[in-house]
Amino acid sequence: MINFNFFVLPFFLGLIYLLLTIGKSWYRWIKSLPAIDKVKFASGIRHPGQVFSALKEVFLEALIHRRMWKQNPLLGYMHMSFALGWFLLIVLGNIESRFYSGTHLNAPYYPIFLKFFIHDKLILFFEVYSVPGIFRFIMDFLLLFILSGLVLAFIKRKRSHWFGMKRTTTHPLTDRIAITCLWMIFPMRLLAESYTAGYYGNGGGFMTQPLGNALVAMTPFPSDFVAYTMWWGYSLALGLFFVTLPYSRYMHIPTEVLLTFFRRFGIQPKKWYSSLSETEVHSCSRCGVCIDVCPLNAAGIFDSQAVYFIRGVRDNYVPEKITQKCLVCGRCQEACPVGIHTDALRLIKRRELNSGQATEYRYLSENPPKTGTVIYFSGCMTHLTPSIIRAMKGIMTEAGIEFIHLDENRSVCCGRPLMIAGKDKQANELIEFNKALIKQTRAKLLVTSCPICYRIFREEYNIPIRIQHHSQFILELVKTGKIPLQSAFRKIVYHDPCDLGRGTKIYEAPRELIQKVADLIPVREEKGHAHCCGGSLGLFEASSHQRKLMTREALDVLLENNPETIATACPLCKKTFLPESPVKVMDIAELIYLAIPKKEAISTGPVPNPSSGSVSVQSHQELSF
Amino acid sequence: MKDFGFNVQPDFAIDFDRNDKRITEYLAIHEPSLNLCIGCGSCTGTCTAGHFTPFNIRQLHTLLRRGETSRLKPEIKKCMFCGKCQLVCPRGVNLRNVILRLNRAIERIG
Repeated sequence: MINFNFFVLPFFLGLIYLLLTIGKSWYRWIKSLPAIDKVKFASGIRHPGQVFSALKEVFLEALIHRRMWKQNPLLGYMHMSFALGWFLLIVLGNIESRFYSGTHLNAPYYPIFLKFFIHDKLILFFEVYSVPGIFRFIMDFLLLFILSGLVLAFIKRKRSHWFGMKRTTTHPLTDRIAITCLWMIFPMRLLAESYTAGYYGNGGGFMTQPLGNALVAMTPFPSDFVAYTMWWGYSLALGLFFVTLPYSRYMHIPTEVLLTFFRRFGIQPKKWYSSLSETEVHSCSRCGVCIDVCPLNAAGIFDSQAVYFIRGVRDNYVPEKITQKCLVCGRCQEACPVGIHTDALRLIKRRELNSGQATEYRYLSENPPKTGTVIYFSGCMTHLTPSIIRAMKGIMTEAGIEFIHLDENRSVCCGRPLMIAGKDKQANELIEFNKALIKQTRAKLLVTSCPICYRIFREEYNIPIRIQHHSQFILELVKTGKIPLQSAFRKIVYHDPCDLGRGTKIYEAPRELIQKVADLIPVREEKGHAHCCGGSLGLFEASSHQRKLMTREALDVLLENNPETIATACPLCKKTFLPESPVKVMDIAELIYLAIPKKEAISTGPVPNPSSGSVSVQSHQELSF
Repeated sequence: MKDFGFNVQPDFAIDFDRNDKRITEYLAIHEPSLNLCIGCGSCTGTCTAGHFTPFNIRQLHTLLRRGETSRLKPEIKKCMFCGKCQLVCPRGVNLRNVILRLNRAIERIG
């Protein structure tokens, strides 16, 4: 039995083209994996456990859209109806068609256009023993499922705010063609199946049969030619969609599957544009979730959000300004339903742009530091907020800790500001310099007040000593009872600095500390979703006014519950908030220092400082902000 | 030559017509906030690199305006990008981008 008609050609050729293109891309991406990743990929693919877990994730994320459900149930349903609905339609359609053809090998178009080839009331043999017409019911139900998603998608295009999205992506022409084809597919299928069912008076399910009857009744001269035209339309919509898919955002559908496997096999993003980056870029569905969370919105910047940046990377055209116009705060990365490393990608492009710029640091020289067990590295930003240094010194003196203040008089930058500009080689010069200095002290613990320094110490320095941000350090002191505390404040909100929160995942230590001295009140958007203060060193292309707008937006969220004080753990955040905030802004260290019960030793006079005799710890009253 | 204990200074005249203003113009287009500068010198006062070597952003700005690119080029490489200058600037000059763009201009123009 040969079932063929010329109308299947657009679909069939489109499908072949699509499969070839995807195969070619997949082959290219796997082949161009760095050597170490190739080993990981090869060993992963041989482990059934890993393959199974990857397949499970593909099922949960690419079909059910679990992460999307958690973020926005309406969007989750919409995507699930398309993905899962279509997937089941294909699978069940295939099973159904096998009962009709009686063979295991059908032409790929046969199940898709089954109702064109078969229009009888045949009841399949197993349906006799179960429910007659079960297949027709299921197929109609799945089609209805998809169509309900389509209606939602249409509403979302027109009224995105009903879905909780303030802004959606502006799409280029290829995407708009692809989406039109995609939206045509299922209505065309509905029409074609219905009309065929109506014309031949059988073969339809609960939806297609009545609709078909109505359609036939409405047509003045019903003929099978009308149905035939509709089948052509269905095939054309499918074929066109398949041909445009590799060049549109819908390339994310096949690419995400490969990306899931890459990730499950432990392949990590690199510092250069690797095969994984290429896969990530093609996995971007341009859903636009990253647009609403971007702090740049507040500054009226709408052209450099992750979705546009990634589109530029994929098209091999990213204007310099777009690459540089980003806070690298990581909020979009946190929100991305695909989990694309947007920050890493941004830095990769910055490296390509800026790494060639020469630097000259031969002037750096430092006297050999003292030796000891604890180093305090305040960092450049903390030098601009000396009250934090005073508080830290006071706390350490209170706890009786001998420390070396490594950058007391002058500091060498930690290197992260250079790295965030894409100048890794140059940053490494500074890193090496600081490493040598740290080594000379023979210390066991490095405490820093600046999350920017803290992050790079942890990520890039590879030094065999413990590294702590001061919030962790102070918390340890409090827990071991080295510093007594009394509740000294009332309502406090905590602002998560980007590099401490999303960057190094320290959310709890500062909160625990605050709870020991005050009532910590929650913020609407906190932890992973916290706003950037607007002062980020990652941003290059923005005016000071635009930064202020972002700062105000962040403050608005923080001040929603009328706190008395804003606490933060980053000198840069403090410095940025100070001029704009109507309430006090304090660092964790300052809060704790003020909460230490007053003793005569502190309040009567200067305390001899272990690291230098010249700097005296000021009394509580003198500590002004 | 007899040593009088002092030298005769070579002539130093700034010829605006001959100086290379390409970098100045590039910066005026791509980071116009530099025009807000009032020359207070806060940037130089706080500079991290300036604690180690005579690196002077305020002076660099003067050189830039005059178009004295040859003196500018070796100096600008000393910046560590820490961003303190930008935070203390009372006029809100986007200084890190100024330095980055200066580097780019030098890279392109040579």
